[in-house]
Amino acid sequence: MNDAGEHAHELGFAALFARDLRLASRRRIDALLPLGFFGVAVSLFPFGVGPEPQMLRQIAAGVLWVSALLATMLSVATLYSGDHADGSLEQMLLSPCSPFALASAKAAAHWCLTGAPLVLGAPLFGVMMDMAPLSLAVLTASLLLGTPILSLLGGLGAALTLGLRSGGVLLILLILPLAVPALIFGAGAVGASDAGLSVEGHFSLLGALLLFTTLTAPWATAAALRIAVE
Amino acid sequence: MFASPPRFCAMAAATTPWLWAACLVLTLAGLYIGFAVAPTDATQGESYRIIYIHVPAAWMSMILYVAMAFWAAVGWAFNARMGSLLAHALAPTGAMFTFVALWTGALWGRPTWGTWWVWDARLTSELVLLFLYLGYIALRAAIDDEQRADKASALLAIVGVVNVPIIYFSVRWWNTLHQGASVSLTAAPRMAQIMLTGMLVMTFACWAYAFAAVFTRARGYALERDAGAAWVHEHLETHAKERA
Amino acid sequence: MQGLPDWITLGGHGLYVWGSYAVTLVAMLVDAWSARRAVQQQRDRLEEDPT
Repeated sequence: MNDAGEHAHELGFAALFARDLRLASRRRIDALLPLGFFGVAVSLFPFGVGPEPQMLRQIAAGVLWVSALLATMLSVATLYSGDHADGSLEQMLLSPCSPFALASAKAAAHWCLTGAPLVLGAPLFGVMMDMAPLSLAVLTASLLLGTPILSLLGGLGAALTLGLRSGGVLLILLILPLAVPALIFGAGAVGASDAGLSVEGHFSLLGALLLFTTLTAPWATAAALRIAVE
Repeated sequence: MFASPPRFCAMAAATTPWLWAACLVLTLAGLYIGFAVAPTDATQGESYRIIYIHVPAAWMSMILYVAMAFWAAVGWAFNARMGSLLAHALAPTGAMFTFVALWTGALWGRPTWGTWWVWDARLTSELVLLFLYLGYIALRAAIDDEQRADKASALLAIVGVVNVPIIYFSVRWWNTLHQGASVSLTAAPRMAQIMLTGMLVMTFACWAYAFAAVFTRARGYALERDAGAAWVHEHLETHAKERA
Repeated sequence: MQGLPDWITLGGHGLYVWGSYAVTLVAMLVDAWSARRAVQQQRDRLEEDPT
């Protein structure tokens, strides 16, 4: 739970970001759950499609990307619920603290806690799926650009579904269609590099998508938070 | 124009019977043109005739989504209940057209390309559009507070409408890369003028249908929202008299 | 199958073409019926309890 003494409503981006990380550090196991889910999900596929390296190599990029996507969406559902429960969210929205900064800080913190570990952990599972070194590099780079997009979109979903009974599953239904472009460009980059084609197009598009999302998602998230809290 | 629920209900009640009639007439005309007048296609044979419902349904699914987002935005920006009401009423009909577009696409794909489903750009985008519709409906259903439901779903619809071009572009990109699935339902038979006419008439038939269904549903929602109001009482009395 | 007139079988594609229109008809009927129900149900509910 949050300290009564923390004057959350007076904080700017950096302080909000640090606050979230500090809160998460008290629950280290919780922070590792998404990574655990990611590992389990990826490991299911060989059971489903067979252990043959040829086949696994072909589906690896897609499997890893989709698993990262699901892990992100599952972990983001409670992004705002802690603050909402003890009233500090309302305080923050009423204060001069910019809601855009709040949404950005939350998404950034989520990425540090979930996205970054996924980026670091994915190559390990990639090796288990017999991916070539170049493919691994492209995959890691695509996840590096893509997971922040997913955290930002997830933040929007969390704000929209704040306090609702069916929150988690509903969030996934709402946000997955929006995440399709990132998935296409991200996993597609690995496919392109495997086929010997240039990955420039994919990464440019992914980068543009990241920029667009960074500029627009916190704004929509802020609006959603105000709607949810009214 | 119909800025208030009672005025809207009056207008809707008056126009709906005509809209149903128009839908029926246009459908019969369109099917006549499409089946009796238009020739058999050289490459696809008779199966191409599915186009007379597949394409209008796909167009309607997209138009209704934009309309839904538009009215939801109007309702949110101007605090106009009628806007939110219309958006809510548009969703099920829009989702229905998307469903039809997908099914008819599959039934067209089977005799033409041999598979029940083709991951071509248009059909895949329709699938994502269906998910967008379902998401809107689900979000509305999950929120009990009417005001919050209106605003949250309006935001979702706007986010959706902004993303649709991005999604469509990315799906096209994805489709051209994976040339294994190189068949495309957009490579339609070269359209004889008469085929286009048939499609157009069917599109107008779907328009009439959409107006009729959406107006009817919106009336139901308007009655629900203003349950205690004077105009609702009057409406019920008039209706009871008509029935008696 | 042989006995059926040409406009039904449509050169073997009859199932798909008529199937498509059947699916459409059913979907539209369900949609229209649900719209009508929204009005009927509300009228009934209000007649019982006009608050």
